[in-house]
Amino acid sequence: MGRELPSTPPRMLVNDATFSVTKGEVLAIVGPSGAGKSSLLRLLNRLDEPTHGTVLLHGEDYRNIPVQTLRRRIGMVMQRAYLFPGTVAENIAYGPAQHGQTIAHDEISNLLEHVGLEGYATRNALTLSGGEAQRVAITRALANDPEVLLLDEPTSALDEAARSDVERLLESLIRERHLTCLWVTHNLEQARTMADRVLMLEAGRIKAIGTPTEVLGA
Amino acid sequence: MLEHFFPNQLTRGLIECLIAGLTALIVMLAARRRAPGLIKEVPLAELRGVLQIVAVGAILSFLLHGPRWTSIFVLAGMVIAAASIVRKRAKQIPRAFMLALTAISAGAGCILCLMALLGVIPLSITILIPVGSMVIANTMNTQSIFLDRLRGEVTAHVGEIESALALGATADHALSPYLNAAFRASLIPSVDNIRSLGIVWIPGIMAGMVLSGSSPLYAALYQFVVLTTIFSASAIACLVASNMVTRRLFSKHDQLLLHP
Repeated sequence: MGRELPSTPPRMLVNDATFSVTKGEVLAIVGPSGAGKSSLLRLLNRLDEPTHGTVLLHGEDYRNIPVQTLRRRIGMVMQRAYLFPGTVAENIAYGPAQHGQTIAHDEISNLLEHVGLEGYATRNALTLSGGEAQRVAITRALANDPEVLLLDEPTSALDEAARSDVERLLESLIRERHLTCLWVTHNLEQARTMADRVLMLEAGRIKAIGTPTEVLGA
Repeated sequence: MLEHFFPNQLTRGLIECLIAGLTALIVMLAARRRAPGLIKEVPLAELRGVLQIVAVGAILSFLLHGPRWTSIFVLAGMVIAAASIVRKRAKQIPRAFMLALTAISAGAGCILCLMALLGVIPLSITILIPVGSMVIANTMNTQSIFLDRLRGEVTAHVGEIESALALGATADHALSPYLNAAFRASLIPSVDNIRSLGIVWIPGIMAGMVLSGSSPLYAALYQFVVLTTIFSASAIACLVASNMVTRRLFSKHDQLLLHP
């Protein structure tokens, strides 16, 4: 599948990207800036529409799945947290509330404890530090219990200390929950240690896909 | 003094326009350093304004002798012109002309019909057209503010809106806080006009009624009627626009189309 921008001349953001991800697999997506990494992720949860091809989720064409259901099943954490005005608990309850589920206070507390934010439930979400906010954004995405998690350079907007904290958190969450994960990263070392496979994009095309050693070298 | 030199009302009117227009030009010349672009715009705007208002005056003097139903066509023409002006303000919103046309027609149309049916606005051309034009013009301003503010809110909160979509929210739900902000902002001038009535300003219609011999107390009450009518028309127009705009900002698969 792919996406072409209707500009003059037409510009291919993602060009004939064909790959599969198995359940529980971590696929790191690497490549230079402007290679189409974020554009690829946006196609996977249908924030953007592919202009050719499609995505199969457990063999089902994702165009046949109601878009709200699809996005709940394919969660996403963006480069910045983009928390909503209100408390941390309200932010975490937002996703489940969209499909009529109420998330219990105890469950929110447990989720927060798990990401190192014990006692943050009633805090104003807009007063958190960058690292804390991104932890809440990760918890908010996980509260929907997604089958696949898309991580779009979730630590790129953080300072060095917060970055390593959030990266460690993500690594432990992925391992504990056996998450199926597509992780856009600039950190090749992280891709090497965390990913089962690495997909390298260049100018919107898949340049290489394989084990970290095959793609990134020993 | 002018009355003495120009006993003919039309000639006097032209001279008064000339004096007021020249004064505005002199003021603009004095302030040319602050806004050099306005030096060209002001004379053109004055020329356009005077020609338009003279044309309206000519049409009104023609209509005064015609049947009452002709006022419907004049008001419809004003609604189309208003929608066209709103479209220019909201270029980034797809199909903005139809949106504004529907919203202004619904807002101004419903309220003017209701007020005419209840007898609040007399079915006389000399009242229906001036009052109708005030309601349409103010509804137009509200629509321009609403769409401009909404565009600003959306382009400033793309991340938040797409985060909400990514969590499974519908486009309506994701857009709701920004629609509310735009709705409120667009109606603030109307509410402030009602609140400040008589204290900060005495609007034109009241002055006109007093000048034409109505009781000042009735003129004051009627001014309140006009301003609350404007508020109702503006609010209905914004409600209609709120319900129509989401599908213009998002694709049918709830993908945000408006980006900075």
